[in-house]
Amino acid sequence: MTSHRLPVQPGELIDRDDLVDFRWNGVEHGGFAGDTIASALAAGGVEVFSRSFKYRRPRGILTADFHDPNLFVQVGDEPNVRAGHRRLAPGMNVTAQGTWPSLEFDARAANRIVGRFLSPGFYYKTFISPASLRSTYQRILRRFGAGGKIDPATPPAHAGKRFAHPDVLVAGGGPAGMAAALAASHRGARVMLVEENHRLGGHLLYGGPDAAPPLAELCAQIEADDAIEVLTDSVVSGRYDHNWVGVVERHGGEEHLVKARAKCLVVAAGKIERPFVFAGNDLPGVMLSGAVSRLINLYSVAPGTRVVVATANESGDAAIADLERAGVEVAEVADLRRSSSQLVRAIGKGKLEAVELSGGRKVEADLLVTAVGWTTPTSLLNMAGDRPVYDPAAARFLPGDLPQDVLAAGGIVGDGPVESIVEHGRFVGFEAGRRALTTRAAWQRLTPRAEPSDEVAAESTDIPELPAAGHPELFAGPTDGFVDFSEDVKGSDVAMAVAEGYDSMELAKRYTTATMGPIQGKLGGVNAVAVHAAAAAATIEATGTTSWRPPYAPITLGALAGVDEDPVRYSPMHDWHVANGATPIVAGQWIRPDHYGDPSREVLNTRSNVGIIDASPLGKIDLRGRDVTKLLDFVYTNRWESLRVGAVRYGVMCAEDGVVFDDGVTARLEADRYYMTTTSGGAGRVWNWLDEWLQTSFPTWDVRTTAVTDGYAAMNVAGPRSRELLERVASEVDLSAESFAYMNGRVATVAGVTDCIILRIGFTGELSYEVHVPAGYGLHVWQSLLDAGSDLGIAPFGLEAQRIMRLEKGHFLVGQDTDGLTKAHTAGVGGLIKVDKADFSGKPELLWEGESGAPRRLVALQPVDGSVVPPEASQIVDSATEVSRTIGRVTSSRMSPTLGRSICLAIVDTPYGEGGATLTVRLPEGRDIAATVLDHHVHLDPEGERLRG
Amino acid sequence: MLVIVCPHCGPRNSNEFSFLGERSSRPAVATTTPDEWRRYLYTKDNAAGSQLERWFHVSGCRRFLDVERDTVTNEIRSVRDVAEDAR
Ligand SMILES: [Zn+2]
Repeated sequence: MTSHRLPVQPGELIDRDDLVDFRWNGVEHGGFAGDTIASALAAGGVEVFSRSFKYRRPRGILTADFHDPNLFVQVGDEPNVRAGHRRLAPGMNVTAQGTWPSLEFDARAANRIVGRFLSPGFYYKTFISPASLRSTYQRILRRFGAGGKIDPATPPAHAGKRFAHPDVLVAGGGPAGMAAALAASHRGARVMLVEENHRLGGHLLYGGPDAAPPLAELCAQIEADDAIEVLTDSVVSGRYDHNWVGVVERHGGEEHLVKARAKCLVVAAGKIERPFVFAGNDLPGVMLSGAVSRLINLYSVAPGTRVVVATANESGDAAIADLERAGVEVAEVADLRRSSSQLVRAIGKGKLEAVELSGGRKVEADLLVTAVGWTTPTSLLNMAGDRPVYDPAAARFLPGDLPQDVLAAGGIVGDGPVESIVEHGRFVGFEAGRRALTTRAAWQRLTPRAEPSDEVAAESTDIPELPAAGHPELFAGPTDGFVDFSEDVKGSDVAMAVAEGYDSMELAKRYTTATMGPIQGKLGGVNAVAVHAAAAAATIEATGTTSWRPPYAPITLGALAGVDEDPVRYSPMHDWHVANGATPIVAGQWIRPDHYGDPSREVLNTRSNVGIIDASPLGKIDLRGRDVTKLLDFVYTNRWESLRVGAVRYGVMCAEDGVVFDDGVTARLEADRYYMTTTSGGAGRVWNWLDEWLQTSFPTWDVRTTAVTDGYAAMNVAGPRSRELLERVASEVDLSAESFAYMNGRVATVAGVTDCIILRIGFTGELSYEVHVPAGYGLHVWQSLLDAGSDLGIAPFGLEAQRIMRLEKGHFLVGQDTDGLTKAHTAGVGGLIKVDKADFSGKPELLWEGESGAPRRLVALQPVDGSVVPPEASQIVDSATEVSRTIGRVTSSRMSPTLGRSICLAIVDTPYGEGGATLTVRLPEGRDIAATVLDHHVHLDPEGERLRG
Repeated sequence: MLVIVCPHCGPRNSNEFSFLGERSSRPAVATTTPDEWRRYLYTKDNAAGSQLERWFHVSGCRRFLDVERDTVTNEIRSVRDVAEDAR
């Protein structure tokens, strides 16, 4: 392949001393550091980069930047890489996407599997046809997919997000954006300047020798300004409520989301050159003027050897100068500003061979350059509520009304020489700085205890007009060509949509899919509107533009997902568990020991000797004040005013719909001091719930709530020898059955640690003490208990053993044996619902449930064959009727090592829940087994003799 | 992500708060009917325009706030501490 690389150009971005090897479709290529993938390939003579979406037409460079619809390639396992933007890296494995069997010969283009699949509205037309054909369509459509390949083996990337709080955020790092950033900074604002390309400068970068001095000056000033944070290779993806602005930082293929709260947003997005609609406008060799200037000035690549230029503006004229400087033969210049001059069609088979101009004149060429006008990237302005207005004199849409916190600067507003653009940017930036600082001062005033910031002058700066230059209205020529290159939509397709009744642009867009591809109408959006207007015999103003929605440019899902930031929590005894062979289990945010080898043995040891479990994840709330009892009476269904100091009581909390949402015990440690425990998962929820009632309904009550879950390590010492053990290590407390009875709580010293809380409660059904220890001493007390109990047969037990023991005792678990519909009566705690209390959360619903009877109830169930453990969620059915009916489900089930048989809790329809009834449990494999309902929830020791001993 | 001006903490991103829905007033428990109570539980006005709603500054000062927000424009017209209002 011949090299198309030019001699050194002033301002080129490539480093000719730094050679970069890469592969393109399996063939070795070379380029320079600073090249994009596309510029390196173009330098190596590559002309075809992709095949088009529907017609499989060969496509080459059109714009040579991020928005080039023809330069989507696969890089390694990364699909849809934009080769006009992505910088070349050593060893890159670049391949063409969605081509079959190869880029050079695409079978689908030859076969022309056309017909209904390619006509406008084919999505609509296809999917109303008989359902039996859909799988056929699906197969064919899949083959047509132009996307790249995802490798499922690629490890997931976790991209952290960050928040930013700039005063002024400038979207676009061209001359206007740079000037705006500098002016805002001079005013005292902190600025974030975001530029899509790898370098600041916008069109000055490829503006040839004249643009170099002003660019260098702006760059030097930005460099020297510490108040401006510059993000290059980054893009503002959207503007949302209250000026939260999403910024995607790109680092090669890895993206990070910046969530910026800008006090003022300056949109300096410039202009995007639009293609012209004419026959052959997608042939490789047909380029926009910007592409030519970029290839020559940034990458020193000759875009062709013999060129026809069709120009209507200064950008086309500049391209001619660039081409001449690069030594490309300029065969013909068609000046489209003169009405006599017309571009009719591009001719060629697979690539450009000749250009037909007015009067049927044909000129041989391998390069055709068009410069016919601009699409204004008003995306961010749209998202701020603006509806851009079409200006026929400038042949483009211009910003309309903007909210106070959004300003537009530079080329998106109007035209002019560099000095005028910079001047405009400067005024806009100065005003943006004023508005941002005004907001900053207002926010400071609204922040209690904040340092007041300097007041800002109230007068606004008048921003001088930057008028848009006159431009002929050039959208489509006399022949039919592509309106949307990504979606392969032609002008005639849009016209057909209008003929079929889609006279609204928004509808025609969806029907034809024009502007719905990856480029999202950034290039050809105005063309689609213009062609639609012409077909509907309407004006462009009346047709209007389609809405731009976020994101402005695609974002990888990884950037949006970010990192999983849920904390993982460990108890102070965690390391001991690990060192002693615990098998861990994830329980909500906590990592807990599931067991230490054999949960059944742990159960039996606890029931016959003494066991100890780490209960630190229990939710713990310290409650103080004169009115705590009132609060407890309100949030629990039972009565609390009789709770004396030293006593502990169990309670169930219901939401206002009567559904059980937490349970636990609360101890009264002193007259105005209480200690509440909640379920492990419910700790935060209950704390919020208490504060909500206190603040919104009972603001005069004297209650203070403090979450102390992490402040205390907790351990439950359970079993017949637990008192004996505790007596060895606890002091300043009388543990005798007479003075420290079941359901009592004391503050005591344990293993020398003062201010421990001991609660005598019995979740396991054994004589047991829950010891709460200031967290820093958790491991010390844990170890002391184990040491002191070695001759008593002490052994730790895990979550699984605790679950077995609580099931043997018939204690339900909120969220396991209850769900989002289980009211308190259904859960079987009717005795704890005191409807004679004046008020409590959920009272009306529980009153009514009590009156009408709960439709379902929680029961204890034992399979007749005690060797069968029906899996949790097994259905309970009534098979007496012809079609068996589900009447309940098993909510918990285990093999009880103490009883030597299987035991369950289940929720069943009330009529089936009488004690002694035999029910049918359907196992997942379909087999039915019989099970008996008990009179109560308790499988083991219903009299509670173990507990109270 | 809105900006909510917490009376205690100043302007903060709304992701520091949890949204508790439209403000509704709790019927008198002694006299309420199932219809009235379930309207309180489940029926929302879902106004297009000004709406009084409750937010909780859970990652900030843990105060419950009454926020008047325009659901069409997301303009926030007032933010008040519920308890200080009630006292
Ligand atoms: Zn706050």
